[in-house]
Amino acid sequence: MSENILEINNLTKHFSSASGGVFNRKKGLVKAVDGVSIKVKRGETVGLVGESGCGKTTVGRTVMKLYEPTSGQIIFDDQDITNLKRREMKSIRSKMQMIFQDPFASLNPRHTVGTIIEASFTIHGVTPEGGSKKAVGNLLERVGLNPEHLNRFPHEFSGGQRQRIGIARALALSPKLIVADEPVSALDVSIQAQVINLLDDLQNELGLSYLFVAHDLSVVQHISDRVVVMYLGKVMEEAKTSELFTSPRHPYTKALLSAVPVPDPQLERKRERILLQGDLPSPMNPPSGCVFNTRCWKVQDKCRVEVPQPIQISPNHTLACHFPEPAN
Amino acid sequence: MTKFLEVKNLSVGFPTPDGLVKASNNVSYSVDLGETLAIVGESGSGKSVSNLAVMGLHNPVSTQISGSAVLNLPSGPIDVISADPEVVRRLRGKVMSMIFQDPMSALHPYYSVGDQIAEAWALYNEGSKKDGLKRAQQMLDLVGIPAADKRVNEFPHQFSGGMRQRVMIAMALVNNPSLLIADEPTTALDVTVQAQILSLLKDLQKEFNMAIILITHDLGVVAQVANRVSVMYGGQVVESATADQIFYKSIQPYTMGLLDSIPRVDVTGSHRLRAIPGQPPSLINLPTGCAFAPRCSFATEVANNKCRVANPELIEKSAEHFARCHLSVEELSAISISRAGK
Repeated sequence: MSENILEINNLTKHFSSASGGVFNRKKGLVKAVDGVSIKVKRGETVGLVGESGCGKTTVGRTVMKLYEPTSGQIIFDDQDITNLKRREMKSIRSKMQMIFQDPFASLNPRHTVGTIIEASFTIHGVTPEGGSKKAVGNLLERVGLNPEHLNRFPHEFSGGQRQRIGIARALALSPKLIVADEPVSALDVSIQAQVINLLDDLQNELGLSYLFVAHDLSVVQHISDRVVVMYLGKVMEEAKTSELFTSPRHPYTKALLSAVPVPDPQLERKRERILLQGDLPSPMNPPSGCVFNTRCWKVQDKCRVEVPQPIQISPNHTLACHFPEPAN
Repeated sequence: MTKFLEVKNLSVGFPTPDGLVKASNNVSYSVDLGETLAIVGESGSGKSVSNLAVMGLHNPVSTQISGSAVLNLPSGPIDVISADPEVVRRLRGKVMSMIFQDPMSALHPYYSVGDQIAEAWALYNEGSKKDGLKRAQQMLDLVGIPAADKRVNEFPHQFSGGMRQRVMIAMALVNNPSLLIADEPTTALDVTVQAQILSLLKDLQKEFNMAIILITHDLGVVAQVANRVSVMYGGQVVESATADQIFYKSIQPYTMGLLDSIPRVDVTGSHRLRAIPGQPPSLINLPTGCAFAPRCSFATEVANNKCRVANPELIEKSAEHFARCHLSVEELSAISISRAGK
């Protein structure tokens, strides 16, 4: 058994933007994910961060095979699932589950909570010990909801509670890996902490592995063992959480971290910010060379021509940059 | 001392078949020129609703508004709550402006951004269409949009999220307002763009000596830009003080809990977050007593179940530091210290 529950090698996912339309024009390719490699160890949480449009959600969905990868390899639990057909994926999916961002859109409003969670069992033809009703009750209890509420509908719950229902559903088939796509960003601050703690507890109890996709660096820092920073479909830097946050080496990571506001006014007054100029370039027409070169303050001619390859600078730290920052 | 905007005992309610939704309940706050007041709270705490009332943007038929919001103009004070809607309309866009969370839905998709900014300018200025567009171009330049002379003729969909928010700011400031209400202006933006917009607002504030009310739920943003902070919960202000007092010397259990519950990017190591249990109250059926009592870990320390019976007043507990809690500052700190020891 490999120590990695998930291994993504050189994954790419391209979307062509010629889908229909009146004239069915070929407009171009969006390289949403372009050569990404990530490993998730068993029992580990890997945070995947980046700004909107960087491809982090696409990575999560391609891992779940909700999108067919364009090229590359996905190995889950020692099995290559890259080319598995839909039907073959079904049995795999009981071991890998997903939690979604919007707890309002991800639950069927016409089904009771009991039906929603029970569906996992029926779809996969599993009869849990003691019957599915009892199993659903246990799941609800495990995520901190009243098991008697299984006959209620999603609209009767608050946002935080709905997210707990989504988590209960993901847990129903005792998965090994959970891909969580922005699981707390739709929640209020005081509720966010509850859900983060719940995810922490479940990991400790059940030995789950998480691929945690989020844009909120404070949350990612808190929950992850390792963090992968993406920009425009490529991995910029990857490191152990403590190392990445105390000693970022990639200019983009450094700018990103300096932009996150800290709830501490005196510190904020002293902090020096690296203000990045401009916006994320269009992924349809990415810059040549290093994709970050249009916004980087250290840019040199080499960056505009040559794509930096990921280099391992220490056992826990990989980055793709021609002119990295010195270590702190 | 009078401040530029003084909101006193403002209540906003929405009658519904199920009863009155008390979205904002006896809310008071004030902000002076050149100052930034942050209003912090979770969804449904009443922070937007109060400020929409100040702007006169509620439907008068379906909303019950009471209290006052006085603008102390050089020409004399005006209470925008009791004033004639026509008077308030003439203040809107000139003396006070507002920017919103989602710039895409706040801009008109069919008109070029230049036309939209020029329209706002033409409301209060004499001049030709050409003058308006020239002014629009100046404004776009001021808010840091590159090649403003070309982009002034472009449409909202041709701008990115951050650039759209800059267009909104340009439009809001085209008539040099004294008060800018920014309702979650950076929530929809990425952090690197958020940093750009916040620093832009700060620079513009210095240049025009504006009063800014920043409505947000992000305490990091508050720490970065606010001079003073009002924390809202269940439609009421629960604590109000300078930013430093709120962050380092909070004397209100909800604020304390909120600060404890957020993960920080600058604190490494995996500690457990101290979450606030339960969930925010329903505004249609507020608990009797203190709105926060059902979730408050200090409520059990108060004799006679007082927190569940009587709603504490917002009292000035020390100089310029207002809080809503039955416990005194000393009692709160004694309990916190004894808990930390355990």
